[in-house]
Amino acid sequence: MSAGFTLAELLIVAASEAWRGNGEVLASGIGIVPRLGASLAKLTHSPELLLTDGEALLVEEPVPLGERGEFRPRAAGYLPYARVFDCVWAGRRHAMITPVQIDRFGQTNLSAIGEHARPKVQMLGMRGLPGNSISHPNSMFVPSHSRRVFVAGEVDVVGGVGYNPRRWPPGASARHLDLRYIVTELCVMDFGGHDHAIRVRSLHPGVTLAAVEAATGFPLEAPTPLATTAAPTREQLEIIRRLDPHDLRASVLKGNPPGSPARSAAPSA
Amino acid sequence: MPDKTLTAAGVVSALRDGMTLGIGGWGARRKPMALVRAILRSSLKDLTVVAYGGPDVGMLCAAGKVRRLIYGFVSLDAIAVEPWFRRAREAGAFEARELDEGLLQWGLRAAAMRVPFLPTRVGLASDVMTMNPEFRTVRSPYEDAEVLLAMPALHLDAALIHVDRADRLGNVQTLGPDPYFDELFARAATRCYASCESLGERLDLAHGEDARCNLIERSHISGVVAAPGGAHPTSAPPAYGWDLEHLKAYAALAAEEHGWQSYTRQYLAGDEREYLERVGGVARVGALPLPVL
Repeated sequence: MSAGFTLAELLIVAASEAWRGNGEVLASGIGIVPRLGASLAKLTHSPELLLTDGEALLVEEPVPLGERGEFRPRAAGYLPYARVFDCVWAGRRHAMITPVQIDRFGQTNLSAIGEHARPKVQMLGMRGLPGNSISHPNSMFVPSHSRRVFVAGEVDVVGGVGYNPRRWPPGASARHLDLRYIVTELCVMDFGGHDHAIRVRSLHPGVTLAAVEAATGFPLEAPTPLATTAAPTREQLEIIRRLDPHDLRASVLKGNPPGSPARSAAPSA
Repeated sequence: MPDKTLTAAGVVSALRDGMTLGIGGWGARRKPMALVRAILRSSLKDLTVVAYGGPDVGMLCAAGKVRRLIYGFVSLDAIAVEPWFRRAREAGAFEARELDEGLLQWGLRAAAMRVPFLPTRVGLASDVMTMNPEFRTVRSPYEDAEVLLAMPALHLDAALIHVDRADRLGNVQTLGPDPYFDELFARAATRCYASCESLGERLDLAHGEDARCNLIERSHISGVVAAPGGAHPTSAPPAYGWDLEHLKAYAALAAEEHGWQSYTRQYLAGDEREYLERVGGVARVGALPLPVL
């Protein structure tokens, strides 16, 4: 096994940080990197998290990705979709998904590109975005940081709601709206800027703020000096490799680049 | 007691043009496809379809049966976006009423409870409000005075679900790990029809130990249809998984101009018995492995 690490592995570690200190919430990571991030969080800093087997069972041991060989999920509890919505509406969940578009307000789109009356490209639909976003903490994973994802103006269809006062009817409550992290292949961002503006938290090794700004359709806040995203430790890498025995994470980023392009990649501890 | 046994064609003959039809299951999972295929073979049209959509919705769209669609998503699971739904939607072939997934069950629940609406925050500040221009808000009559969405009841003229076991009285059992919202579809509907993998005389005598798998009282079941393999090409766990090979071929046809005619000719020309033969026989369907999720 190589002593180095890939950028995808660094992103999994960054994603896992979203669930640190969340308490006993359902950690829903949708997609390869978010799911591995949630599993890594449970196996390292936040064992109190709840995970599912990808279907209707709650498990205490994260289920590896892909064909499982001898591994059989052991059920600690039961969470069919009907109860997922109960859990969502009660706020006891933190989801990380990959929207097709994100705007400066944190509004997200998984529904369609173009006019929703007659879309140019129909995608999945609203799915659970309106309910998730208005009920519990949410984070995002973006494997291709670009102006096509981080759009100028508003997203074409608002599925996930955000900090856009013009969208909220008078008297409605945004008190459970809680957007947390955006992990991309360039950086980690949050909503800690002025009036919940999106702010760069850390840059991945070798990435400049100018590169992030050039790939974003709206202005970003950025503290100085900017931190560098933490590299995976040996322990984290071992866990990731166990959770993803078929190396599905290698398919997330084009060319599966190394995590530390500037120097010879080596884990930090 | 009445014998509720019907054929799939018998179910379709009880349906009318313009009806609102709810379809149970979720994506490519536990869809009452034998009943859907019977609709595809019929002249039924102008339907309002309410579903957590999969190939049921895609095929009804492809066949031009859908006037209005009420949905949270339409997906083949392993193929993220249902390609026939996408094609129909981009062509503006039906009226789209897109909802949050949780909102859809909330509307079914309102219908089940016979109230005009149920309040929720879900949908506010999103384009659910613009895609459903008839939706209204309500102000809480209590001290908080919070403004909420009044999710209107989604009344169904009929619901179609697929179960593992049924008996002639209308008792049903669903053995899979997730029953999805089949219960609410049944409760929201004036009449509910269940296709089943196996039909027996008396579930109490044969499988009483599985009574907790009974999702809905038989008073909500108007008809039961024996349809082994009837969820194909979707999954019916624990009996069988989805048929990915079939779903891929079906999806690929959406890119062809006369793709739906090809699919119809190849699979829907005969009756259900013939359909099962054409997809490899009921033994092959029964042996399809459960998907790893």
